Amino acid sequence: MSGQGMELKLQIWRQANAEDKGRFHIYHLSDVSPHMSFLEMLDVLNEQLITLGEEPVAFDHDCREGICGMCSLMINGQAHGPDKETTTCQLHMRRFSDGDTIVIEPWRAKAFPVIRDLVVDRGSFDRIMSKGGFVSVNTGNPADANTILVPKQDADRAMDAAACIGCGACVAACKNASALLFVSAKVSQLSLLPQGKPEKAQRVLNMVAQMDEEGFGSCTNTSECEAACPAGISVSNIARLNRDYMCAMLCSEEGM
Amino acid sequence: MVQVAEATLDGRIPDGPIEQKWDNRKSELKLVSPNNKRKYEVIVVGTGLAGASAAASLAELGYNVKAFCFQDSPRRAHSIAAQGGINAAKNYPNDGDSIWRLFYDTVKGGDYRAREANVYRLSQVSGSIIDQCVAQGVPFAREYGGLLANRTFGGAQVSRTFYARGQTGQQLLLGAYSALMRQVGSGKVKMYPRQEMVDLIKVDGVARGIVTRDLTNGKFETHTAHAVVLCTGGYGNVFYLSTNAKGCNVTAAWRCHKRGALFANPCYTQIHPTCIPVSGDYQSKLTLMSESLRNDGRVWVPKAEGDARRAADIPEGERDYYLERRYPAFGNMVPRDVASRAAKERCDAGFGVGATQQAVFLDFKHAIARDGEATIRAKYGNLFHMYHKITDEDPYQVPMRIYPAVHYTMGGLWVDYNLQSNVPGLFVLGEANFSDHGANRLGASALMQGLADGYFVIPYTVGDHMARHGQEKVSNDHPEVRASLEEAQGRVSKILGVAGFRSVDSIHRELGQIMWNKVGMSRTAGGLKSAAEDIQALREVFWNDVKVMGTGESFNQNLEHAGRVADFLEFAELFAIDALHREESCGGHFRDEHQTDDNEARRDDENFCYAAGWEFQGVGNEPVLHKEPLDFNEVPLTTRSYK
Ligand SMILES: Cc1cc2nc3c(=O)[nH]c(=O)nc-3n(C[C@H](O)[C@H](O)[C@H](O)COP(=O)(O)OP(=O)(O)OC[C@H]3O[C@@H](n4cnc5c(N)ncnc54)[C@H](O)[C@@H]3O)c2cc1C
Ligand code: FES
Repeated sequence: MSGQGMELKLQIWRQANAEDKGRFHIYHLSDVSPHMSFLEMLDVLNEQLITLGEEPVAFDHDCREGICGMCSLMINGQAHGPDKETTTCQLHMRRFSDGDTIVIEPWRAKAFPVIRDLVVDRGSFDRIMSKGGFVSVNTGNPADANTILVPKQDADRAMDAAACIGCGACVAACKNASALLFVSAKVSQLSLLPQGKPEKAQRVLNMVAQMDEEGFGSCTNTSECEAACPAGISVSNIARLNRDYMCAMLCSEEGM
Repeated sequence: MVQVAEATLDGRIPDGPIEQKWDNRKSELKLVSPNNKRKYEVIVVGTGLAGASAAASLAELGYNVKAFCFQDSPRRAHSIAAQGGINAAKNYPNDGDSIWRLFYDTVKGGDYRAREANVYRLSQVSGSIIDQCVAQGVPFAREYGGLLANRTFGGAQVSRTFYARGQTGQQLLLGAYSALMRQVGSGKVKMYPRQEMVDLIKVDGVARGIVTRDLTNGKFETHTAHAVVLCTGGYGNVFYLSTNAKGCNVTAAWRCHKRGALFANPCYTQIHPTCIPVSGDYQSKLTLMSESLRNDGRVWVPKAEGDARRAADIPEGERDYYLERRYPAFGNMVPRDVASRAAKERCDAGFGVGATQQAVFLDFKHAIARDGEATIRAKYGNLFHMYHKITDEDPYQVPMRIYPAVHYTMGGLWVDYNLQSNVPGLFVLGEANFSDHGANRLGASALMQGLADGYFVIPYTVGDHMARHGQEKVSNDHPEVRASLEEAQGRVSKILGVAGFRSVDSIHRELGQIMWNKVGMSRTAGGLKSAAEDIQALREVFWNDVKVMGTGESFNQNLEHAGRVADFLEFAELFAIDALHREESCGGHFRDEHQTDDNEARRDDENFCYAAGWEFQGVGNEPVLHKEPLDFNEVPLTTRSYK
């Protein structure tokens, strides 16, 4: 499809490592097919850079199906770009036009330090999870699965929350770099299910404490997180977390 | 001629009737007392379903675990992408399922090339997996009454598949990941993300550790332990284009192979029938459309060759629902290998659809008319959305176009019944081993196997190895540890030293072309021989002409990829050798020379009813074949039929 593709001007954040200050570089890319995915467009750029003897642009990705949560680009100031409920890897170039300038940056948050170029360290999410994002059950012989009845509606709502892919777009989109949507998704999933009830209070307190310790900002209810979330996680989960948190502070010993 | 080892391989299958084998083995296994467990260290490489479940379960028992993955978090392992579901012989729908039937279906689906005893154990523990996952809070789909829901998958006539929308793998992995993170929180597991295992450390013939490279800064480290549990997934990316995540690789398994672990049945590859077709030469991966879609979608092509009309303009009478026509008993639900070959047959014969004519239709028109769009949306919404995103076509309005793509690898490191490789102390779990799916895997069985291995098998069998080998530690200064480290470092320097003109990606793509064209869905002796030559030549190109940017001391994805491609280039040759030596067709291995008059696979049970374990003899040298004869005492060998 030579000659029929788009011409693009790419303004990409380059940063050698965590210590480097970093800067934008401008690249011109031509003949971009509208059928390419955004990451395939970057693959093409990288192949050209290698030919020119320059180091390719580093960016995280793995599944390229919108489910692993690895890809993480700020595209023209929007986490994962312009499409609703769409990860960067599922964004296609047909969404852009010939002659466009596209600004590509990493997630920006204190709790997500840059490793290189567009790659950040999201280990803080794992640390939050290790403080309570689970049901304390060992491998063994739990009761038959159907002895726990879960009303379909609760199961569906738990699934809505569990769909979080842990990409961090919510943090990147929030002006305070709050991780509350991420934390609330896990807290909600487990507090909606009977299996999660026994540890409900402790879980929310511990996870929120770790979130604060990691340096995430606080939530001021702007809902930018929900708008950016590729998995459609609703801010109603934040409301549920807040209720659980208040209740835990008031009712449980841990909160005293 | 292939060099064949004299002694046969012993799978160490326990004695007794099939129903009691696993219990018998458990009672024979030595135990480590609770107080002693903390004196042992276990390394788990890979934190997908197999690795995360193993690491969590071992830590719960009291072992000290170090777990490694190359992604930035264990939650991102490729298991996350599994869509359709997980099998279990619960018989909740009361439609006649049983442990026996799941066992039977899996052995038959694997075209009689799996080890019966392993498959039986898999079926036996399948129910406990669902119990475990539900206890963890995995939000499986439910009926209005609050009970778990089931659906049907290919190769089965009962509904035994549990699912969480089209994101079953995600939810199961997040369950295992949460169990793992709980142990990380408690300090029993130390998690090492963004680390690549680049070698196995053996001391006195026993696996005692691994060499890793920190992908963020290139630093090498050695980690020693009392056992190494490898859960590093499949090698489908040897084809470049596959449904696997971009990082999936053969590196860890291949490095173990080069240290003496046998590689079994590398040629058994699953080509999945329902994937989005290739659209351009920039394409970086292929996307699966879950097999569960075949429950409601009907596969067809036009009856007239070269018919280029839009689907909507082709009247019902001019459509060929070829799966329903050829296989009336199973229809659209035939196993994957059968469905893939049937699609290729139609396209090769000139009946393919779409711009490239390398596609068939998967049509939901009837299902939508029958059940309504809302029902279809509830079942498959995320898949339809994904299809729409990628192709810019709305599958609620026009049929999907699908074509087969490389999806899963049944081959892997050889393991015995205890999941231990022939290298003592090296255990292999999940897609990385070869044991349970024979020559073809049934849908929804990989998730089941990964979790069975990790939750319910390894916690028993690792202990036995520890109890027999004692608590002695290996120091990082041990000469064999140093030697492995230096070798691994040397390999990186060598790659960086080539400084040629070809990009890593272009070489990987070329390898993929060779594999797809000559070692793909239909294979011939001539094609396989020429593939082996092409691969050798391409390996030369790599080592003389590859161009890797950057240094070894920084975050360098180009170098990461180069290391993986270097291993694929060695491994691919073994793949072709295995396919060439197996003069029969079975499951995903289809040799054009060996087919029946109606184009079905023709097995040769007399000569090939064995698992082929290959022993490394040096790059480019003929490997030695070790045969593990397979006995079918429970499910008598018969020709598979889905008609
Ligand atoms: C798109 C898709 C859909 C699927 N759907 C289904 C389904 O519906 N049902 C079903 O049963 N099966 C399905 N499968 C198959 C199934 O998902 C996989 O076979 C299974 O999840 C593999 O699990 P695993 O734990 O063995 O490996 P993986 O999940 O692949 O995990 C591998 C782990 O090893 C690590 N690793 C790899 N190499 C190294 C290295 N060198 N150093 C350090 N770490 C390393 C990775 O970081 C990762 O943590 C699907 C597969 C695909 C591709
Ligand atoms: S690469 Fe996995 S979500 Fe984008």
